[in-house]
Amino acid sequence: MPSIEETSDLIAPPPEHCPGPEGEQAGKADACAGCPNQAICASAPKGPDPDIPLITARLSNIKHKILILSGKGGVGKSTFTSMLAWGFALNEETQVGVMDVDICGPSIPKMMGVEDEAIHVSASGMSPVYVADNLCTMSIQYMLPSKDDAVIWRGPKKNGMIKRFLKDVEWGELDYLLVDTPPGTSDEHLSVNSLLKESGIDGAVIITTPQEVALLDVRKEINFCKKAGIKVLGLVENMAGFVCPSCEGSSEVFMATTGGGEALAKEMGVEFLGRVPLDPRIGVACDYGESFFDAYPDSPSIKSLKKVVEKVKMQVGEEGDLEEES
Amino acid sequence: MPFEDIKHIVLVLSGKGGVGKSSVTTQLALSLAAKGNQVGVLDIDLTGPSMPRMFGAEAKTVVQGPKGWLPVSIGDGKIKVMSLGFLLNDRGDSVVWRGPKKTAMIRQFCTDVAWGPLDYLIIDTPPGTSDEHISIAEQFQDVKPDGAVVVTTPQAVATADVRKELNFCKKVEMNVLGIVENMSGYVCPHCAECTNIFSSGGGKVMAEEFGVEFLGSVPIDPKFGQMIETQKDSGSESLLEQYKKSGLYPVFTKISDRVIEKCEAK
Repeated sequence: MPSIEETSDLIAPPPEHCPGPEGEQAGKADACAGCPNQAICASAPKGPDPDIPLITARLSNIKHKILILSGKGGVGKSTFTSMLAWGFALNEETQVGVMDVDICGPSIPKMMGVEDEAIHVSASGMSPVYVADNLCTMSIQYMLPSKDDAVIWRGPKKNGMIKRFLKDVEWGELDYLLVDTPPGTSDEHLSVNSLLKESGIDGAVIITTPQEVALLDVRKEINFCKKAGIKVLGLVENMAGFVCPSCEGSSEVFMATTGGGEALAKEMGVEFLGRVPLDPRIGVACDYGESFFDAYPDSPSIKSLKKVVEKVKMQVGEEGDLEEES
Repeated sequence: MPFEDIKHIVLVLSGKGGVGKSSVTTQLALSLAAKGNQVGVLDIDLTGPSMPRMFGAEAKTVVQGPKGWLPVSIGDGKIKVMSLGFLLNDRGDSVVWRGPKKTAMIRQFCTDVAWGPLDYLIIDTPPGTSDEHISIAEQFQDVKPDGAVVVTTPQAVATADVRKELNFCKKVEMNVLGIVENMSGYVCPHCAECTNIFSSGGGKVMAEEFGVEFLGSVPIDPKFGQMIETQKDSGSESLLEQYKKSGLYPVFTKISDRVIEKCEAK
């Protein structure tokens, strides 16, 4: 797999069998004949991405880097990322950063209640947006002139942006950097993986919902992790069951007809981190950008979440410190 | 042109993932077929295709015919489906592709599939506003699709992304047929009390704001999910017959009526 470069200076979309603008064959392969980009590709520097050492240096003060992945959309990646961040940040000593690489559908700023913030650029780089003293975030949303603007970008432009997030953001000293990803197994995922390989990724937390239609895509994502050599820290089943607020009766909104996340974890040989039930109040808290840990500490979802947060900590080799509270 | 025998083309879009694009596509296809239309479904979600599962056709494969790829027929052939899922060796296989490869695949889907005569072609898309969307918009530069049905869920986090998709439609001059609000309310099976798990009304407000039609709200019905998941075990009854008994059928009959009306009016 060729490394990723800023390729936004290409003058036309790449042809069907494009060997990749950074590969050994760039500009020389059969498919390159007649491509308007041929000259650009043939003269571009080859070999490993020169920016990777810069990224590694920039991120050297970050202890743990965790990806939040799911093949399926809308299963709660961003919700879980923000909850994990709030969960880690409960300890005031822990510094947490959240990077939103969902370029076309960023959700982290809204969920964290900092949608209207803008980033500041200084000589040493871009400063992330702080949600709390020990919790900072970075997302493309902060750079949009209007919050409803669509980001209509093809892969190379998205890759360039992700690289800027890693290379130019002053993350400072962090205990955890959480990377929220878009659904699928495409450009963003490949880029984050190849750019972070050198600095070391602790692993990925994979989110699913109980129904087979979702598990199907999540299975693909776990296969992707295996192919790409990303360690899977574990699988979380979100939206598992719903407790009716008026009668306390519990029911399954999304049926686990094939055994749900737990069966998938067993099948794929990954750790099952737990189930988080649906709670409408979590959705409301997300809409208003509040921390649910502060707002609804008694919710059954929060109790399950705390356990998941502890397990993630254990997986990356940190001591749990929420234990005494529960 | 491969689209010459196709009367109407409708895209199902959403900036947000998991809001039910594929469920809406499926139900739109079923309710259009129930009215006697010949329907084709094209799944351009390459890294997470759901259509084979939705139509209970995961074991089927696409064959090469004299005029191109023959799409998979569902039931009595009123619905034909094409998806990358049919081309994979194993259902768990991941498709790890960057943009150019996805673009090439979509181009092939647009040129090489022998649909035959269709009344409606419904295109299911992945979330976002990136390679797949740009490619499909490019493919349709000459043959203008009738429009897009935009799916959202009610909560603000979802509508925030869907607003971006509406702006995308504006930019590429795609006609928006209307907005469907999915997962609007959940009826507790114990006490029949309706809870708005993902809040409520967000789709309607957004439709008014952007000046597009609001096609309707679709509640969460676990029975529909169950029907999709267990369709193979239910013996001889076809998916279409089962769907006609579903509580969501009347809701979608209304939505597809509006879609037909708007497509015919063009």
